[in-house]
Amino acid sequence: MADDGMAINQPADGVLGRVSDLLFRRPGLLLAILLGPPLIWIGVVYVGSLVALLVQSFYSIDEFSGRIVREFTLKTYAELLRPSNLDIVLRTVLMAASVTLASALIAFPIAFYAARFARGWIKGLFFIAVMLPLWSSYLVRVYAWKLILANEGVLNWSVERVGLTPLVDALLSMPVIGGPSLSFSYIGTFLVFVYLWLPFMILPIQAALERVPGSMLEASDDLGARPGQTFRKVIFPLALPGIVAGSIFTFSLTLGDYIAPQIVGSSRLFIGQAVYMHQGTAGNLPMAAAFSMVPIVVMAIYLWIAKKMGAFNAL
Amino acid sequence: MPTTVRKPMYDTEKDEVSPDPAEQVSAVELSGVSRHFGTVKAVDQVNLDIPEGEFFGMLGPSGSGKTTCLRLIAGFEQPTAGHLKIFGDMVDGLPPYRRAVNTVFQDYALFPHMNVIDNVAYALTVRGVGRHQRHRQAMEMLELVRLGGFAKRQPAQLSGGQRQRVALARALIGKPKVLLLDEPLGALDLKLREQMQVELKSLQRELGITFVFVTHDQGEALSMSDRVAVFNQGQVVQVGTPEDIYERPEHRFVADFVGSSNILEPELCQRIGAPEGVWSLRPEKIHLADQSVSREDGVVTVSATISHVQYQGSVRRCVLSVAGHSLSLSVPSAVGGLATGQSVYARWNLDDMHRMVP
Repeated sequence: MADDGMAINQPADGVLGRVSDLLFRRPGLLLAILLGPPLIWIGVVYVGSLVALLVQSFYSIDEFSGRIVREFTLKTYAELLRPSNLDIVLRTVLMAASVTLASALIAFPIAFYAARFARGWIKGLFFIAVMLPLWSSYLVRVYAWKLILANEGVLNWSVERVGLTPLVDALLSMPVIGGPSLSFSYIGTFLVFVYLWLPFMILPIQAALERVPGSMLEASDDLGARPGQTFRKVIFPLALPGIVAGSIFTFSLTLGDYIAPQIVGSSRLFIGQAVYMHQGTAGNLPMAAAFSMVPIVVMAIYLWIAKKMGAFNAL
Repeated sequence: MPTTVRKPMYDTEKDEVSPDPAEQVSAVELSGVSRHFGTVKAVDQVNLDIPEGEFFGMLGPSGSGKTTCLRLIAGFEQPTAGHLKIFGDMVDGLPPYRRAVNTVFQDYALFPHMNVIDNVAYALTVRGVGRHQRHRQAMEMLELVRLGGFAKRQPAQLSGGQRQRVALARALIGKPKVLLLDEPLGALDLKLREQMQVELKSLQRELGITFVFVTHDQGEALSMSDRVAVFNQGQVVQVGTPEDIYERPEHRFVADFVGSSNILEPELCQRIGAPEGVWSLRPEKIHLADQSVSREDGVVTVSATISHVQYQGSVRRCVLSVAGHSLSLSVPSAVGGLATGQSVYARWNLDDMHRMVP
């Protein structure tokens, strides 16, 4: 027994003490206080504006007056399916798909090394190296790439020095992806996108691989799997949720971007640019909304396929 | 291509007969094997010879090199010195997937993205065995470990004991020449552990495969192994049958680590009239007597004071003070009337003392 005979430590003094006792007794209340504001924010601002967008896309624009007709119609969607608009959709989706694929291919070995071999300060260095580009302004990085890729830029200069100019010329003379220079071609846009979104692919893959215990790979070796088989049957399936998570970033970020393709690339439009154009200069809000629905639908389909293929089974 | 590597050929029918000791082949042979990590000598100059069909235990405290030794046999580590043979074939530098040796991992290492039957069939899958055939064989293995009804479950849906059986079935399906088990029962609770000890032992007898298992639990090592190697600081201190290890420890470390033992230092021996040297004496070999019985040949009798008594269920553990040294002994609980400070006589047979390397 304590000297002063008190069985209660720190009696609940004052308002703060009583509030913390109340929150201790009613954890539900604490949860409501903590989660309420962000949920309201997400619910109203985020989902609300998405719904508003969806609703907008079912309105149409009066071609003579340029006014928005607030009546339900599928006219805008019919217009979206016109060949010139479908071109934009297809171009954007293909670009997003190639950017995602290339990012995954480049990111995997880096993530694998970071997760399995890097230790101590080397690991710290890895995180800094991956994150460092994100610390500078997006616009600065895109413009930097424009300079790098320009005809007089450092890339062409180096290519010339090692005598690979014919290779670049051959690339640029290819029908769709080529152009007058790297900074005015799809190749350029592609390179910039891959550079911009690579960290978003590396980190989730690294996190997924980090969770795979070393004994899992040893078990595969032990059971007679050659390294290639271990990769296909154990490492890749276990990294797949990370790859899918990363691809959600790279895919959706590419789908929505409207600045990079405007600065580096041909003059042909991507979805983001189309949205920008329709809601800005053209004042065609329904069309802009309809275009914005495309990435959402594409992502939904993508995730559905990924789930069907068992990408999340190892989660 | 030597037969023990790459394609394990193991005949169930033949091996059901327990191997004849006269014509035993070395299943695993380590000669002067070392594995140093920088300045750390994880395994240092180890020589081991494990005959075919043996249930071989590697016992030692954590960090004693027993697990590294197992990993050397599996091929996850390569020795920095020495040679390792499996069934006579030199396996130095051979990757794990070329060795006819399989491992049951301490954490089981089941593949979380495969169900139980695909986990078990993995060794066959990578060998290119057809789906029908490998599932049939996997089912047989699952029946063997009494998990026939669990084929379609995911590893996460199984209990620890069931996971362990799956790991066992998975390691056995490739018909390894040697099965390695890394602390196989470490993660199980006491009841299950005792049950699995019996099951593992009978499974080994049934299959006739050489089992090499690592444990830090001396009770487990003694009860399951045909022979035990005791590891300390990267070296094998003693190899022998459980009786050898327990009754006749050759080193202070073995006497101390395996069970508990009294170590009679030369000074004490001199004072109680025992032969010279450093001796080990198991607590249960010491008996208490009320009076000094007349001197008998081959029996040591000393006067002592009880300095501590502890009730431990089936026995009472007493610590005696003999000429300034402590001796511990266990007496059946039924023997009562022992009190601290009481003067008694302790007696034991000279034969029960075992001389150790000083």
